[in-house]
Amino acid sequence: MTRKTDNSLTTDLLRPVLETSTKFYVTVAVLALIVATGFSTWFYQIYWGMGVTGDNWPVYWGLHETNFVFWIGISHAGTLISAILRIVNATWRRPVTRCAEVITAFALMIGAMFPLIHLGRPWLAWWLIPYPSERMLWPNYRSPLVWDFFAINTYLLSSLLFLALPAIPDFALIRDRTTGWRNWFYGKLSMGWQGTPKQWHRLESAMHIMALAIIPIAISVHTIVSFDFSMAVVPMWHSTIFGPYFVVGAIFSGIAALIIVMAVIRKTLHLEKYLQPIHFQNLGKLMLAMSLLWGYFVFNERLVTWYGNTPHEMAALWSTQMGRYSPMFWTMIFCNFILPFPLLTIRKLRSITTAVIASCGVVIGMWLERFLIIVPSLSYKGTPYSWGTYMPRWPELVIFGSSFAAMALLYLLFSKFIPIISIWEMKVGEHPQIKVAAKVQEAEAAGDLV
Amino acid sequence: MHWIRIERYWEGEFPEVKVKFRPVLCQQCDDAPCEPVCPTYASSHSEEGLNSQIYNRCIGTRYCANACGYNVRFFNFFTPSWDKPLHLQLNPDVSVREGGVMEKCTFCIQRINAGKVSAGIQQRPLMDGEIQPACVQSCTANALVFGDLADPDSMVSKLANSPRGTKLLEELGTKPKITYLQQGSWDDSQNR
Repeated sequence: MTRKTDNSLTTDLLRPVLETSTKFYVTVAVLALIVATGFSTWFYQIYWGMGVTGDNWPVYWGLHETNFVFWIGISHAGTLISAILRIVNATWRRPVTRCAEVITAFALMIGAMFPLIHLGRPWLAWWLIPYPSERMLWPNYRSPLVWDFFAINTYLLSSLLFLALPAIPDFALIRDRTTGWRNWFYGKLSMGWQGTPKQWHRLESAMHIMALAIIPIAISVHTIVSFDFSMAVVPMWHSTIFGPYFVVGAIFSGIAALIIVMAVIRKTLHLEKYLQPIHFQNLGKLMLAMSLLWGYFVFNERLVTWYGNTPHEMAALWSTQMGRYSPMFWTMIFCNFILPFPLLTIRKLRSITTAVIASCGVVIGMWLERFLIIVPSLSYKGTPYSWGTYMPRWPELVIFGSSFAAMALLYLLFSKFIPIISIWEMKVGEHPQIKVAAKVQEAEAAGDLV
Repeated sequence: MHWIRIERYWEGEFPEVKVKFRPVLCQQCDDAPCEPVCPTYASSHSEEGLNSQIYNRCIGTRYCANACGYNVRFFNFFTPSWDKPLHLQLNPDVSVREGGVMEKCTFCIQRINAGKVSAGIQQRPLMDGEIQPACVQSCTANALVFGDLADPDSMVSKLANSPRGTKLLEELGTKPKITYLQQGSWDDSQNR
């Protein structure tokens, strides 16, 4: 590994922020158009009513809810992984953390849109906010949807903080290297960062506290998302395994999304020097572990249901194993287990390309998993007379597709304003001798810390 | 959208087919799974024990319908409209639900209220059988009985306590108020 000088590192990583090609504008325009189509479709759905979607009696939740769980799952890529890697002080994390934290922030924003999109009367969504009302009406704190509302907002707020805090030194760097509006803009964002030992010390402590605090938050978020299902007496939903099962699935799909995003920015932003095969390999190992854990949970869930053999649960179970939904189930098993397993275990096969292929499989598989949790159970609940089916219609599919464009667009715009790889953390990695700890000691010796 | 449906089940192979049927409506559960899951209290328990649906408070999450084990909650996927003069057929005592809200069998709450009002005006207690929901009134075979379960002497209490009585999907633990009677004699002493 050749040593990069500070200067080339800074110019390399700042290039996407300071230089803009026509290709960028074209891509942004195309993505924005797709996102606009998605929003128009939502307005179409609001105007005519939820009936334009495939939702029907008794399958009242379909693709919108699937996408909600899917995107909230993807959001566990970031903050959780980066927090764990920070706490165990894995040095290879340095170029990865910010890529991951950005996914969290945007995937959460997109995911949180779907409960609004699926509402019958979305203009009244603010009734979930506990505001003091003259009629003394409060949200129903017994409802898992209210828990969701609080959990997701807490996670969004803390992951935005977790993303913004370690970006401050980089904002200051851009401020110092630019003039004009950029100097003003990044000056505001850097909040008076001067790089004094005291500031470094505070940043380090703040990051430590955040990294420790955000792990229980992230775990609680997806547990609460799973409560949306497991709290209801619906076949295959009413399961105590759902909390950890959902958290594992979320981290699993999150790592997959992270690998795909890293491969894309590596190519498009020419970051080959910084995002190296080792990063993909390490993340691949983490994903493999999650794949095994996920497979274990699926096996548990299915075996216990099958052994229990209660008629209404068996109907939902068999529809996924051998019935109407079985092609999706076996595709899911292939994508989440059979495909990534050899690609990530056999040493000869390990490469960035195979990691990306495995990740694409996992993202597809985990989306199917969310669908298979929600729809078959609703199709086969209650008395057999009232069983039903579900088939998505175009508004759901368009909104689903545009959510990916929204992710790409937000990510693209972010990487245009903030270096997607944390510059100062890379420099700390390059120069272990000027580690922050040393600076702090220095400052302590000088009596600078109060 | 039918608040009450007749579920039909067939037993046996053709020509030896037997049809069994059962009317299924909102079971007005005492431990209703639809109530705690509603984030806005649109689905809530009334003081008299009805599962009431407050249309104006409903934001349309449809969570209550998913939690309901009987699939007896219905969603207004579109805002309904009627060509003139069909709009005149609407019952003035029943509010028209807008698109995006849930609805369900109310036990004809407008009739219950009307009965209470007229009894109140005449300053007398409600009589057993005085209030009839539309389904009870229209059933020619008198197969449906409605009344006050809190009054042990009412017809409906006696029937509900009959050994012939069963509850629908009792294993869900929802404590439904509706009791289905199996075949047997009206005289319970002959059913044991």
